Amino acid sequence: MSLAALLCACSDKSDPSRTIAGADKARGLSVMQSVGCASCHVIPGVAWPQGRAGPSLEGFAQRSMVAGRFPNRPDILVDWLIDAPSLAPTTGMPAMPLSRSEARDIAAYLYDLDD
Amino acid sequence: MTRSAAPDGTASWPPPALDPAGPFAEPLHTLSWVLFGMGLIVTLIVVAALAVALFGPRRWRDRLGGRKLVWIGGLAFPVVVLSGLLIYGLGLTSHLTQEPEPGEMRIRVTGEMWWWRVAYLDGEGREAFQDANELHIPTGQPVVLELDSADVIHSFWVPRLAGKVDMIPGRRNLMRIQADAPGAFGGQCAEYCGGPHALMGLVVVAHAPADYQAWFARQSQPAATVAIPMPGMQVFQRAGCGACHTVAGTVFNGQAGPDLSHVGSRRTLGAGILPNNQGTLVGWISDSQAIKPGNRMPAYPVLTGQELRDVSAWLESLK
Repeated sequence: MSLAALLCACSDKSDPSRTIAGADKARGLSVMQSVGCASCHVIPGVAWPQGRAGPSLEGFAQRSMVAGRFPNRPDILVDWLIDAPSLAPTTGMPAMPLSRSEARDIAAYLYDLDD
Repeated sequence: MTRSAAPDGTASWPPPALDPAGPFAEPLHTLSWVLFGMGLIVTLIVVAALAVALFGPRRWRDRLGGRKLVWIGGLAFPVVVLSGLLIYGLGLTSHLTQEPEPGEMRIRVTGEMWWWRVAYLDGEGREAFQDANELHIPTGQPVVLELDSADVIHSFWVPRLAGKVDMIPGRRNLMRIQADAPGAFGGQCAEYCGGPHALMGLVVVAHAPADYQAWFARQSQPAATVAIPMPGMQVFQRAGCGACHTVAGTVFNGQAGPDLSHVGSRRTLGAGILPNNQGTLVGWISDSQAIKPGNRMPAYPVLTGQELRDVSAWLESLK
């Protein structure tokens, strides 16, 4: 029983470690559209474009890793969105023109993508 | 969808069709409303006649079926109204396509599948320099556009500044635009020209005259960073980008694709459709076919992440 509870907790979207205080996921979507994240990524909620240069972001909330190598936590995700090359020098994702609060809004949107 | 939320250039998308921002869009705006109004009046007359024919008293219906009314309502009225509107419309718009007068500013815009080649002309009609997918004009003065096409028929349409004029291979069509205040005005190819026609946009940027002069001076020279060695320049060379693209101040002098001499200063990427930053540059260079299917730039899956970032950083620096 306690094991089941534990397993469920891992994918529970109300997981406290995945909630970002004060972030606005609707604004996150509009920021993503204005900087053009979809030029590289398939993003649920963005009809066009559906870029293929980077990974699809469908089901992002269910993933345990960011970029396949860093724990998928809000603080790390926000750092990644703003300056990915500082974490992974060979990544194709460039530093993006985002403020910290914009990156937090985007993270909130991504943590709402369950499937 | 992405375009509507984007800043600056792409924020003017979709361009409003009945919101003139200059004297060459005004007559068309007026003409549109006059035509809508006349259409409405004629529709009301026809609907009223139909109502009489269906439900009216016997005497009225007889009169409606008479020969006289057919001659008047069916022939004389349309001839008078349509001829009148034609003469009115031509009178209102004939000056929009007159030949340039000496000293008038001229820009040549060539429609290509599926982008716009832009050349700024001097007083004698010689090219000062080329650009792509963006037109810069000073406010408060007419600018003559010489429109032609390199392949199929396109149509130049920046609704807030002027009407549509077709771009026809082998012809030179003229139109004038003028913006009364600084701003960015969205445009769109308005004649179906194949696959990604819907993704063939452009931006007209109007500057105060002094700002325009400064922009023109910068644009006439190679970008300031062209002489600084950057790893992205080598990537650009190795990948063969220079076969299609020109970068002033370098050996890259391809003519098939858009001039990239100042690509970093453009508001949009992919002909008016994406915001312009290193991220969208990476996505476009890596796989533009996913973004604008059918466009003539191939995908470059051979470039590594690092190479994509390097070349994007270099292009973004070309301001």
